[in-house]
Amino acid sequence: MKSKSIYIVEAVVLLALALYLYPFVIVLFGAAKDAFSVTARPMALPENWGQLFVNIETIWTSPNIRYGSSFVSSVLITAISLVVVTFLPAQAGWVLVRTKTRTSHVLFLVFVAALVVPFQIVMFPLISWFRTVFQATGIRLLRTYSGIVLAYLGFGLSLSVFMYHGFIKSIPYELEEAAIIDGATLPGVFYRIIFPLLTPVHATIGILHGMWIWNDFLLPLLILGRGSDIQTLPLAVANFAGAFVKQWDLILTAILMAMLPALIFFFIAQRKIVKGMVAGSIK
Amino acid sequence: MQKFHRNGLTFWVFLAPVLVAFLMVIVIPFFIGVFYSFTDWNATARAGQGVSFIGFRNFTGSFRDPSFLYSFLLTMVYTVLNVAAINVVAIAVALAVTGKLRFRNAYRMGFFIPYLIGGLVLGFLWQFIFNNAIPALGNSIGFLNWLAQSDNLALGRVSSAVFALVIVSTWQYAGYIMMIYVAAIEGVPQELYEAARIDGANNWEQFRTITVPMIAQAFTITIFLTLVNSFKQFDVNFALTSGGPATEFMGRSILGTELLAMNIYNTAFDGNDLAAGQARAALFFIVLVVFSLLQVSYNKRREQEM
Repeated sequence: MKSKSIYIVEAVVLLALALYLYPFVIVLFGAAKDAFSVTARPMALPENWGQLFVNIETIWTSPNIRYGSSFVSSVLITAISLVVVTFLPAQAGWVLVRTKTRTSHVLFLVFVAALVVPFQIVMFPLISWFRTVFQATGIRLLRTYSGIVLAYLGFGLSLSVFMYHGFIKSIPYELEEAAIIDGATLPGVFYRIIFPLLTPVHATIGILHGMWIWNDFLLPLLILGRGSDIQTLPLAVANFAGAFVKQWDLILTAILMAMLPALIFFFIAQRKIVKGMVAGSIK
Repeated sequence: MQKFHRNGLTFWVFLAPVLVAFLMVIVIPFFIGVFYSFTDWNATARAGQGVSFIGFRNFTGSFRDPSFLYSFLLTMVYTVLNVAAINVVAIAVALAVTGKLRFRNAYRMGFFIPYLIGGLVLGFLWQFIFNNAIPALGNSIGFLNWLAQSDNLALGRVSSAVFALVIVSTWQYAGYIMMIYVAAIEGVPQELYEAARIDGANNWEQFRTITVPMIAQAFTITIFLTLVNSFKQFDVNFALTSGGPATEFMGRSILGTELLAMNIYNTAFDGNDLAAGQARAALFFIVLVVFSLLQVSYNKRREQEM
C-alpha cells in the first residue's frame, strides 16, 4: 500500500515538473521553425530541425542583436563586476570587523542600511550625476565598462560587506596575531590568511550577484543605453524583440541563445549554485 | 589587537574603494534625488542648472494622477497575489521533494531552473505562450476551443493580464523559494514526526503542528524576499505586457497593468517629467521601508511565540 502511493506521488511530481519545464520545450521547438509555422503551429514538433541552424545563423549575424559581442560584453561585465564586488568588500569587511572604533561601527551600519535602498530612487539622479562627473572631470562613466562596473560595485557592496563582516567575525583573531608576531604586515595577513578562508562566502556572493548581474536589464539599459557599442544579452534581446515585433521564429531563437549560457553554467555547477543561493538567503 | 588600532592607514586604504563606489553610486545620487523630487527637473534641464524649487507639488500631483494611484493599488493587489502564489507553490513542491521520492534531487534542480533566466527574457517567452501557444492548444483540442478565441487572450484583458503576470513571476521565482523551504524542512528533527505518528497524528496535523512552527524562520525570509521582489517587479512587466492593455480609471484612459516600478520609469522618460518620477520613486522607497520593517518585526515576534 505504502509503496504504491509513493509511485503515484512520484508520477504526479514528474508530470508536474514536465509541465513546469514545458515552456523551454516551446522555445526549442519554436526556434526550429520558420516564420509561418511558428505562429501557425506553435505547439507542434518542428518539421525540419535544420531550420534551427538557419535561425541561429540569422541571430548570430543580426546587426541588432550582435550576439557575439553582446555575449562577450555580458561575460566581461559579469566577471569584472564579480571580482570587484567580492574582493573590495572582503577587505572592507575585514577592517570593519577588526577595527573596534565608533567610525568603523557607524560605517558598517550605513552600508547595511543601504540594503533597503531600491534602484528606482537612485536611477535617474545616477545618470545625471555620471553625466556631471564627465563634464567636470572628463571621466566617462555612461556607456562604458568602468561606469557599469562601478555601478554594480555600488549596488552590490552592501550585501557583500554584510556577509563578509558576518563571516569574518567568526574567524578567531589569534590566527592573525600569530602571523603578526611572525612578522607579517597587515595587508599580508589579509591576503595570505584571511582571504583564502573566505572561499564559501566568495562562492555565495559570486552566485547571488552573478545571477543578478547576468540577468539584469534596467541598470544596463540606463547606463549603457539602447544601441550603444556595449550591450548585454538582456539588452540585446529587448532591442531585437522591439525591432522585430512578432517575428517569433527569430525572437524565440534569440531567447534560446540568451538562455543557453546560464543553463550550461548551471548544469556544470548546479550543486554549488543551489547551496550558495540558499546559504545567502538564510544569512 | 593593539597593533590594529594604531594602524589607521590600513583601515582607510582598505575601505577607500568601497567608500568611493558607495558615495558615487548610492549616497550622492540618493541626496540629489531627494533634492530633485522637490524641483521641476526634466530631461532637457542640465543637472543642477535651470531647475527651480517647487515644494511638494510633485508629491501632491502624483496623488492626484489616476495612473499613479491605479498603479499603486495594482501593485498592492499584484504583490498580495504573487506572495501567496509563490509561497503556496514553493511549499507544496518543497514538501513533495523532501519526501521519499527516488529522483528528489533531480526534481529540485528542475523546479529551480526557471530562476536562472532573467525576467526580461522570460517575459518575451511567455508573451509567445499566452498569445500563440495557448490559442493553438485551444484550436487543436475540442473542449478547449474557447482558448482560441481572440477576445479570450490572457494578455488582452486587464484582469487576466494581471494573473498572467502572477503566473510568470511565480513560475520564475517559486523554485528559488522552494529551495529555502527545502533547507528548512530538512532541518526539522525526524524524531518529532515519529513521536507525532505514535500519537496518531495524520499528515496534515503533522504539517500544521510540527513543520510550520519549526520552519517559522524560513517564512520570515521567504515572505520578505517575495514581498520585496513583487513590489519591485519591472522586467517581467516590461517584457510581458509593457503595461497594456488600456483601461479607464477615475475618468482617464491609462495603462491597465502598469506596476509601480514601470509607472516611475514611464513618468520620467515617456512623460519627460523626471522630477515627478523621482518623487514617485521616493514614495516607493518609503513604502518599501515601512513594509519591510513591519513584516520583519511581525514575523520575528511570531517566531518567538511559536
